[in-house]
Amino acid sequence: MSLSVDTIKQKLTDKFGDQVFGFDEPYEMFTFEAPKENNLKVLQFLYDDEELKFQFLTDLCAVHYPENVGKELTVVYHLHNLVDNVRIRFKVSTDVKTPDVFTACKLFSSANWMERETYDFFGVNFVGHPNLKRILNVDEMDYFPLRKEFPLEDQTRIDKDDEMFGRGGSIK
Amino acid sequence: MQDTQQHHILPKGSIEKETTTLNLGPTHPATHGVFQNILELDGEKIVSTEQTVGYIHRAFEKLAERRPLYQITPITDRLNYCSSPLNNMGWHLTCEKLLKVKTPKRVDYLRIIIMELARISDHLICNSIVGVDAGAYTGFLYIMQFRELIYEIYEEVCGSRLTTNIGRIGGFERNFTDTAFTKLEKFLREYPKGLKEFEGLLQRNRIFMDRLQGTGAISAERALNYGFTGPNLRASGVDYDVRVHSPYSSYEEFDFKVPVGTTGDNYDRFLVRGEEMWQSLSIIQQAYNKIQSLKGAEADVYHADVPAYYLPEKKDVYTKMEALIWHFKIIMGETEIPKGEVYNSIEAANGELGFYFVSDGGRTPYRLHFRRPCFIYYQAFPELVEGGMLSDAVMTMSSLNLIAGELDA
Repeated sequence: MSLSVDTIKQKLTDKFGDQVFGFDEPYEMFTFEAPKENNLKVLQFLYDDEELKFQFLTDLCAVHYPENVGKELTVVYHLHNLVDNVRIRFKVSTDVKTPDVFTACKLFSSANWMERETYDFFGVNFVGHPNLKRILNVDEMDYFPLRKEFPLEDQTRIDKDDEMFGRGGSIK
Repeated sequence: MQDTQQHHILPKGSIEKETTTLNLGPTHPATHGVFQNILELDGEKIVSTEQTVGYIHRAFEKLAERRPLYQITPITDRLNYCSSPLNNMGWHLTCEKLLKVKTPKRVDYLRIIIMELARISDHLICNSIVGVDAGAYTGFLYIMQFRELIYEIYEEVCGSRLTTNIGRIGGFERNFTDTAFTKLEKFLREYPKGLKEFEGLLQRNRIFMDRLQGTGAISAERALNYGFTGPNLRASGVDYDVRVHSPYSSYEEFDFKVPVGTTGDNYDRFLVRGEEMWQSLSIIQQAYNKIQSLKGAEADVYHADVPAYYLPEKKDVYTKMEALIWHFKIIMGETEIPKGEVYNSIEAANGELGFYFVSDGGRTPYRLHFRRPCFIYYQAFPELVEGGMLSDAVMTMSSLNLIAGELDA
């Protein structure tokens, strides 16, 4: 492994200064954050730089933290440098009221459906996406199901007749 | 005479302008799963396509947010149901990475045997289905008997066949019986002959080659950009294999080759999967030899000594106080789960199967995301088939090995 975490960190700080922050290494994966306006610039830099070469988008998803007011939705990119075999995690956060994040479709064709999935479940609006519509859920759905304000059904509820599902008829 | 007259009535170039819309799926036999392709056809040539997925979406990621770790294993079964054990192991390995559990060597080897068996069962289905779509049913019917042998081994180890729920965090729920090893030996003895015969049926068959070569091709550069992994990426000539790049479960001790193709077309995908089956066979043999050479206490262990996470055997729960306590604690979610986030991936049959696990210290994941290789590479389908023939698109679909369960989560 010729590319070290320190090199990545150094290169990022040289280029973006205090616009990149939150350096961490949970479970040996280098993680950092950037403001959401800069997500494309950072991804492009990581892609183009001759040493970094993070040219493979492994995964793109979101996490909802309702208690982080103003930064409720976090979009997580997992990038892979296949030459030196280094993985990193890059995050941008957005507030839930205006969840606009620039799309990475131009850079990675694979981002297309992953962004649609993230939009489908979290409502992250990927600005510039060629075809941002629901992918796994029905088009008529009017909420974003993986957000934390949609709890799963209460397992102890008794106001429902579940006889057909083997739980005995509770409504007589 | 009349024919010539009719020809004059049609405006010039009208035939070229006409396209037909064809719905391939969601219940079309050629899709081998529930997804839809809306094809725009000019005669038999594909002009454009659009895919619709999500017909069997079961909200796994949401469900997982309420389940303790051991209850998520059966969810992972239902991702790629042609090779459930691989998904199960991927999930256990992710939990073990989060919980910092170290597994004994014998567990690693047993897991490798199960994982490689799963890979073989997945590849043999994919390759034989390619044959079926090309019109060669024989290979499929013939090779199925070997999947049966694999399923019998699963059955002996964990009790079920298709959706296996095999293993626990830290190892296996019970030791492999002698029968399991006898069945494994039988498989290792009989399968090479069967696979050779299967290859003899198709691999150098002129008609089969003509159908597959040059269709559904993708360059290495485009495949990487589209997030291809696994055999489909290797068919384009990129030797990326998670087993080699980030070894898990002691894969670094094994000697095997990573087959690669050159053109990334349907034929290369077929060949890569075929060769991977041979490599898997060799890995299983090596793992079996390693298990047999283990001595003393090491030769009998089938789970790590982590009582806080490993569900104890049922008979111990009824007779031993400690086992009862740990059982209760694990089931009620009272064991400590560290906070943190972890990404772990394994080389599943279709490519890199990743688990992004965010834990807030509670008994269930705060967020769990599955990186499903199928979902990511299926979006390249239009690029693979546009400009080609309809019948080639069917072949491309089956040689990509699209599994609706994995696609839709």
